[in-house]
Amino acid sequence: MYTPHTERDIAEMLAAVGVSSLDELLKVPDAVALKAQLDIVPALAESDIARRFTHMAQKNTAVSMPSFLGAGAYRHYAPPAIASLVMRGEFLTAYTPYQAEVSQGYLQAIYEWQTYICLLTGMEIANASVYDGATALAEGVIMALNANGRKRVLVSRAIHPNYRAVLKTYCDGLDVEIDELALRADGTTDFATLREALASKAYAAVAVQSPNVFGCVDVLPADALATIRESETVPIAVVAEAMSLGALATPASWGAQIVVGEAQSFGNPLAYGGPYVGFIAATPEHMRRIPGRLAGKTVDTHGKTAYVLTLQAREQHIRRERATSNICTNQAHCALVATVYLALLGKTGLRDVAAHNLARSRELATAVSSAGCKLQFDAPFFNEIVLNVGRPANDVLAALQARGILGGVDLGRWYPEFAHCILMCATELTTTSEINALASALKEVAHVPAGV
Amino acid sequence: MSPLASDSGVALIFDEGQEGRANRYVDAGASLDAFLPKALLRDDLPLPDNSELDVVRHFTRLSQRTFGIDLGFYPLGSCTMKYNPRINDAMANLPGFRDLHPYAPDELSQGALQVMYELERSLASLFGMAAFSLNPSAGAHAELAALLIAKKYFKDRGETHRDKVIVPDTAHGTNPASAAMCGFKVISIPSDARGRVSVDEIKKVLGPDTAVCMMTNPNTLGLFEDHVHEITAAVHAAGGLMYYDGANANALMGNARPGDMGFDLMHLNTHKTFTIPHGGGGAGHGPVGVAAHLIDYLPTPVVVAKQRSNGDASTAPSDRLTFTLDFDRPKSIGPMRSFWSNFAHAVRALAYIYANGAEGLKKVSALAVLNANYIRVNVRDVLTTPYDEICRHEFVASAQELKKETGVRALDIAKALLDRGFMAPTMYFPLIVPECLMIEPTETESKETLDVFIAALREIVATAKTDPQSILDAPKNTVVGRVDETRAARHPDLRWHPGKP
Repeated sequence: MYTPHTERDIAEMLAAVGVSSLDELLKVPDAVALKAQLDIVPALAESDIARRFTHMAQKNTAVSMPSFLGAGAYRHYAPPAIASLVMRGEFLTAYTPYQAEVSQGYLQAIYEWQTYICLLTGMEIANASVYDGATALAEGVIMALNANGRKRVLVSRAIHPNYRAVLKTYCDGLDVEIDELALRADGTTDFATLREALASKAYAAVAVQSPNVFGCVDVLPADALATIRESETVPIAVVAEAMSLGALATPASWGAQIVVGEAQSFGNPLAYGGPYVGFIAATPEHMRRIPGRLAGKTVDTHGKTAYVLTLQAREQHIRRERATSNICTNQAHCALVATVYLALLGKTGLRDVAAHNLARSRELATAVSSAGCKLQFDAPFFNEIVLNVGRPANDVLAALQARGILGGVDLGRWYPEFAHCILMCATELTTTSEINALASALKEVAHVPAGV
Repeated sequence: MSPLASDSGVALIFDEGQEGRANRYVDAGASLDAFLPKALLRDDLPLPDNSELDVVRHFTRLSQRTFGIDLGFYPLGSCTMKYNPRINDAMANLPGFRDLHPYAPDELSQGALQVMYELERSLASLFGMAAFSLNPSAGAHAELAALLIAKKYFKDRGETHRDKVIVPDTAHGTNPASAAMCGFKVISIPSDARGRVSVDEIKKVLGPDTAVCMMTNPNTLGLFEDHVHEITAAVHAAGGLMYYDGANANALMGNARPGDMGFDLMHLNTHKTFTIPHGGGGAGHGPVGVAAHLIDYLPTPVVVAKQRSNGDASTAPSDRLTFTLDFDRPKSIGPMRSFWSNFAHAVRALAYIYANGAEGLKKVSALAVLNANYIRVNVRDVLTTPYDEICRHEFVASAQELKKETGVRALDIAKALLDRGFMAPTMYFPLIVPECLMIEPTETESKETLDVFIAALREIVATAKTDPQSILDAPKNTVVGRVDETRAARHPDLRWHPGKP
């Protein structure tokens, strides 16, 4: 399919090449020629493909249920103008803008994305994107490792467990050790052991996430930052819910040198986990350690403003095994979606969406508390809360599911001590009637935890 | 592209907005300090407010300054820039796929898991591997996953002394870069006079410290590595693993399989071979495949299927299965990314496989090879083709002779092609060919398109001999002339600043 060749074309082209058949053209040594029968679905016409995939899509009945799922993937409103712009074939079917003269539009869009990420995080530089939030953390840690040559990192236990798991995958390759900072009872990171831990100057970086995996605002306190600076360790901030940047103080303002995160919330659909779009922003001293593509502004031969991929001496296609990263592909199209989203929303819209997330999640917290459950943590939160339902969260979630509600994520899958806790998210799309339905279902299926 | 000599550029989105010119996507929100103490809130949010019309015009104009496959021929070697069928995007955007949360329970996500399962099984059959994981996000990411698998495998066998990765000098830059990210030392092997990896050169460096040998087949010169089975046998005899870089898999489908060649590990760039739009450089999709002895090491999660006792009446066998995501795999290298896969791309790739079937995919590869050879035989009298034999899906030409004669380099030919409405080929890669142009037409281009391209290339070479300056001055029909890359690197300007023009 999708091949335009007529039989006559093929014959003429074979003659030009000087072979008698396609089989002759494709000849490979006998030892490696295909002998097996391929087990591939039979070819379908396009109308049958549409029927087949619609059938499969309809089996995903979760999409039609009220949902309080978050934990690194968020349901937000995406204006239709985004799709109509980003699905233009010029954007969709371009490749990495190696030839700047015919890629000025995409290069400018990347430059605008880099600027938006800088404005939102308060950092001075940002790259053209990486795969997602978890790989952004891994790549950010590698930047820190390269900055000070150390082989250990210290990460908060309140960083999304998937992000920490991916960091471990990468660190296993690099023979780098990971240690963790414990949790405080209020749902934030415990920095009590930090001074002692950093005394030996063994850690390349200290990473915290805010809002953290429990939804709590979890920034570096001033004394912790001072300790980190004293030991010449790189403070890394993780932002898994980029929408929070519309409201919360910037990671730059509380001392981060490298900010990594996930920008799926800016217009990218949930899509069962991808593609999403990771970002890396940093202070200027890290510029030549940042991985991946960077778009820069320059001039053309006539002195006109022009954009181009720059500082490529960091990259794998130039430096091979001495590159700052092996990354080649970025998430240009997802970053474009986010850039269009931010352009449409603007300062006013982003602030309003952030305000609705704050408001809806507080409405959720009030409603589920009145249903006889207790919030596990009391630190300030953005759009997620942790609810202690007094019995195994998995059972409660199953009971809610039977009532047609996706109640959230079972924290017991990662934290054995929180096996009675559900991580719940409310965004600007969460309605009062959904919240009320959840609260009344919880009254039936949850038990008040003993002793509260 | 149309000549836009009077084009004065597009202002940055930050120069266009006016505060208060807001769109109403949500109702006005309450003041933020109603929810959080001021100390936790940001002081300022310095983003521009734009009308929707201004945003639509801005990005429409940017799109018009961007060249994609939809505008013209895109012979970018090693990138497989084929037509991206629109049905694929339509299927990925079905609400049941688009709006599905990654933490939705397995039993309410059966259709998504079925897509992943069917794609995984199809790739395993097509490439002769025991299993794939759809977890990695792109080719380089899958290479990293594969090398992490190798590292863990040797560790489990008590063979941590295996720390060398053998990479031919024609390999993609990601190969050595990925090896370095796993702490492996890279040994580069020279190609032989035929442009192949030489069995003798490989044998010279094989030893008890050999971990992995990475190969691309067909290689980046577009040539089939016809001694590949001898190489895999030699590496296996030395106790090493063979890795197949699937960047060039578009040449092989239905004709030969990496598994049958003896490869233990491989990746695919489904965004190349299986028509996922490249989107300006991503998102990609990079399944990693393994032979049976490495299945336990695949990144998590993997989709597991169980037979249902009472399947529905549908005829497709996978409709009678129940699927779950398996995270409990003790030997796994762990996850490579936040969530399970670039799932929307798995939908696109599977839709493409459905459109073709086994026979169709075989034809795809055959015609990709035919197109490349057709261009090769029609330009070899004007440019040097250093390996002038039947190529696969791509071939390399050199402008070395032309440069000596006229001063016109590969770069200049590339820029002249832009003026004539074509994307340029990959330039200066592989590194062993001087003034290299790497041309990959793909199977979706018609003979007419190839003929026009061939004529353009021949005309550029002819013009270079009579009026070289006009080629050195190219491009002239693009929205900007050649850009000052040195200035960009010496004085990095990577963002707009508030208050600056």
